Amino acid sequence: MNLTLKIWRQKDAKAKGGFETYKVENISPDTSFLEMLDILNNNLIHEGKDPVVFDHDCREGICGMCSLHINGHAHGPDEDITTCQLHMRKFKDGDTITIEPWRSNAFPVIKDLAVDRGAFDKILQAGGFISINTGGVQDANAIPIPKKDADESMDAAACNGCGACVATCKNGSAMLFVAARVSSLAKLPQGRVEGARRAKSMVAKMDELGFGNCTNTGACEAECPKGISIAHIARLNREFLSAKLKD
Amino acid sequence: MSNLFTSSIGKKLIMSITGLFLVLFLLFHMCMNLVAIFSQEAYNMICAFLGANWYALAATVVLAAGAVIHIIYAFILTILNRRARGKQRYAVEATPKGVEWASQNMFVLGLIIVVGLVLHLWNFWYNMQFVELAYSHAEIEALGLEPTNGAALIAGLFSNPVYCIVYLVWLAALWFHLTHGFWSAFQTIGWDNQIWRPRVMCISNIVATIIFLGFAAVVVYFYAISLCPGGVCY
Amino acid sequence: MTKIDSRIPAGPLAEKWSKHKADIKVVSPANKRKLDIIVIGTGLGGASAAASLGELGYNVKIFCISDSPRRAHSIAAQGGINAAKNYQNDNDSVYRLFYDTIKGGDYRAREANVYRLAEVANDIIDQCVGQGVPFAREYGGLLDNRSFGGAQVSRTFYARGQTGQQLLLGAYASLNRQIAKGTVKSYNRHEMLDLVMIDGKARGIVARNLITGEIERFGAHAVVIASGGYGNVFFLSTNAMNSNGSAAWQCYKKGAFFANPCFTQIHPTCIPVHGTQQSKLTLMSESLRNDGRIWVPKKKEDVEAIRAKRKKPSEIAEEDRDYYLERRYPAFGNLVPRDVASRAAKERCDAGFGVNDTGLAVFLDFKTAIDRLGEDVIRQRYGNLFQMYEKITDVNPYHEPMQIYPAVHYTMGGIWVDYNLMTTIPGLYAIGEANFSDHGANRLGASALMQGLADGYFVLPYTIGDYLSHEIQSPKVDTNAPEFAEAEKGVKEKIAKLFSIKGKQSVDDIHKKLGHIMWENVGMARSQESLEKAITEIKALREEFWRDVKVAGTNGEFNQELEKALRLADFLELGELMARDALNRRESCGGHFRVEFQTPEGEALRDDEHYAYVSIWEYEGPDKEPVMHKEELKFEVVHLAQRNYKD
Repeated sequence: MNLTLKIWRQKDAKAKGGFETYKVENISPDTSFLEMLDILNNNLIHEGKDPVVFDHDCREGICGMCSLHINGHAHGPDEDITTCQLHMRKFKDGDTITIEPWRSNAFPVIKDLAVDRGAFDKILQAGGFISINTGGVQDANAIPIPKKDADESMDAAACNGCGACVATCKNGSAMLFVAARVSSLAKLPQGRVEGARRAKSMVAKMDELGFGNCTNTGACEAECPKGISIAHIARLNREFLSAKLKD
Repeated sequence: MSNLFTSSIGKKLIMSITGLFLVLFLLFHMCMNLVAIFSQEAYNMICAFLGANWYALAATVVLAAGAVIHIIYAFILTILNRRARGKQRYAVEATPKGVEWASQNMFVLGLIIVVGLVLHLWNFWYNMQFVELAYSHAEIEALGLEPTNGAALIAGLFSNPVYCIVYLVWLAALWFHLTHGFWSAFQTIGWDNQIWRPRVMCISNIVATIIFLGFAAVVVYFYAISLCPGGVCY
Repeated sequence: MTKIDSRIPAGPLAEKWSKHKADIKVVSPANKRKLDIIVIGTGLGGASAAASLGELGYNVKIFCISDSPRRAHSIAAQGGINAAKNYQNDNDSVYRLFYDTIKGGDYRAREANVYRLAEVANDIIDQCVGQGVPFAREYGGLLDNRSFGGAQVSRTFYARGQTGQQLLLGAYASLNRQIAKGTVKSYNRHEMLDLVMIDGKARGIVARNLITGEIERFGAHAVVIASGGYGNVFFLSTNAMNSNGSAAWQCYKKGAFFANPCFTQIHPTCIPVHGTQQSKLTLMSESLRNDGRIWVPKKKEDVEAIRAKRKKPSEIAEEDRDYYLERRYPAFGNLVPRDVASRAAKERCDAGFGVNDTGLAVFLDFKTAIDRLGEDVIRQRYGNLFQMYEKITDVNPYHEPMQIYPAVHYTMGGIWVDYNLMTTIPGLYAIGEANFSDHGANRLGASALMQGLADGYFVLPYTIGDYLSHEIQSPKVDTNAPEFAEAEKGVKEKIAKLFSIKGKQSVDDIHKKLGHIMWENVGMARSQESLEKAITEIKALREEFWRDVKVAGTNGEFNQELEKALRLADFLELGELMARDALNRRESCGGHFRVEFQTPEGEALRDDEHYAYVSIWEYEGPDKEPVMHKEELKFEVVHLAQRNYKD
């Protein structure tokens, strides 16, 4: 396949960025999208140009490091996958592909297509944990947990922290990310102990960091590579409101 | 309760509570309007009852407050959300699969509704409740107004096809706004989960459609009547 | 020359750890506050260690090369984590887990370390459940288990096909809690480039801020290496793109000994290589072998027909299929250990039965399981893995069997550590995949997660106190010391040198060449000839690298090419050490298979008389041959025997 790529280039966080157009040729449809960018970068290096910076690591869809807004979609046109799992067979020979970094006030561009998602870490540091120290816990089977609850907790825990929800939300809201963590822990008896405190502090941190307000469009759920449901946002709302009403 | 209403979810809660309140009002208003189709006298009796008495007045103030708060918070949230999105916008944007158009255009739909509302208040409320408040009965009679003859006002206005179209467009915007808004309110309050989501969404569509049809029926009915000389069609 | 002292406590195996814990010193809370610890890496080992040390009250600085600790490659572990809870009442015990691990490692691991690992494994499961890890459960609400290779009991705990992710998120959550409390400070997008030693002790590191390119100095009373393995020396592996061996390698060059570098695990169930542009290989979890059956056609004409796409694999009749693992190893069947399964696949492909166009693939078939259990059950168990397979290959594994082939997955070798997990450099520790201690010559499935968390939660926090109790009088480390300046200078010179070469080949061009040399000569089958060839070729390639590499950009920016170049420079040295170690070990054991040493049936032939030792390499300087030391492995409890998975 031969393709035209329109890629956002930006020297650093402060520089003004813009699109550059590149051509890549003889790409196999079995190549992954990031391998296609590897090929582009190798060509650029041989031409004496600066390669395109983009975040990536595990390349099997789990680490959440890769990002990219491809032809208007977070993680590209395929469903339920991250960019690293996107393959070129989803495109047609001769296509023009526009590649942009995540756009959100809370995710400033570091360089080219890489953004700073440190805000997610900060939200989790505000309360995305169960406050127990190492050791001194009871036997793992001491508290039976209904399979349904454990499964639902796992559904939410599948979040890989990639930020596609924020990137795709027209409000730049991080509600799905926050909800996934709050909901996952809320479904487990271990997590219930400090459930109210968790919901309040994580939402407060999210607001403080400048994420937008959820308007329930469901775009986050549609673009989430792990298919996390906005039903978890409803649970977060419930947790948060009931916690606040008790204050 | 501390800081509830300054939090993002708290602001959304205000939107949903006021929104649901306005939906209730719409349902009541629609029922009242439908009466006009069956009996203009009965409708006028309701109009008289809802004139310038203290109960009606208090309700009007609460209603207006609800609407105003809903609108103010819509502005606040929209501004905050645009800021959160950042200055640099995507060059290419596509709507993700399964995302409803209305959900992404609630503010625009809301603006259309507000414009329609102003027109509507000018057409009806000004001529009915407002005049009763502002003028004495003698003055009203002198002006040749009939604030309790709402049915006549309706019939007069909707004999004009332009008004009919404007009102129908307005109601369509309301329909879109409600299909998302009604469901969204439940989601924000937290009365939603994976199983109930399709159900609540379905109820939301039904409520929006009932409201649309109820109001539109009055518009269409009175326009149809106006086409028939003598007010009766055979 | 440093004497190798593994510091294994005396006494009966089952009591060593308890006795050792009672004997070692502790640091008082007031003193812990005065002590700084640096942790390199935020995977299961690093995150759990940093969180636990922070809870104890130490000042911890943790470094990761990614944008968040949560990206560490532990997250990609799919299958599960072992523990001898015996919840299934299948006669599991600490001893059995210990024995299986020693046997699975082909008797090349330390008894004492492995026993301790098996002992603390149960605590890990308790800890993780307490943290809110959503392990799979039965309808009764209790934890579910599945089986993994090399075991005849069900002792593997799992969270769908994302166990590593869930365990890491648990450790990361604990870490976050400490970061919020201020006991741990996290340095993301920072890469350690050198270890700093003062008076023979590890006293800090020099790291590069990957965003600004700034070289920064960090001092501490102890340094913990938890940077994972070095499988990416092969270029193509199941490791993440950024996984590297550089932190460990810097320690080696500063005097930490490196143990068993040649022990590399080749995982049998990976998606086969599809072309020359591939960047990495994707693993299909070992758990699939619970229900999947591995086969190739019995007849060559069927192989030809499948390769030419004239026949679908599902059209091959049952009697024409060779379920070679079930045929060769009736007792364990498809659940033989990884090294055995990998070699068996290679044997069939070498014999001409490989089923894809490159001839390097075998089938992993779920038809029998789907017929027995129904598609829904299979979807529930492995849904995400099946989806991943389909996204990559465009083949629906519910209808047609998966194609798989072995690929580099894990390195059992690593920095040599004593029973306290301390390296030969005082104050320098290595945990998780970065050390060598627990898996011998082959790691069993679901044991990497167990080891990383055992080291981080339950071993290091105790043993590091023994060393730090002697450091309570030491003041804060002064990063203006000449040793820091020297290390920083060295790093800056190395970076400047890389930019000055301005050659013709990109970093990846050379890395691919290295990968090819490694895979062909130091891969699944090694021989004296291939290893000698590898040593010569790697030396030549290293010279080529320092003459002809082209590193784009500058140092003062976010420069991924520079990061890769620095890592490759180390791989080019590490690869040679692996070959050297493999050359020295004239036996076959676990993942190390020397074609000269095999039984008539093609099984690995160990030489316990001459090679029941850990080979430990000491750096002698650039362009000098390293010196090898031996740590004799004494087996007091298990009886050394040829591994038998047949009956």
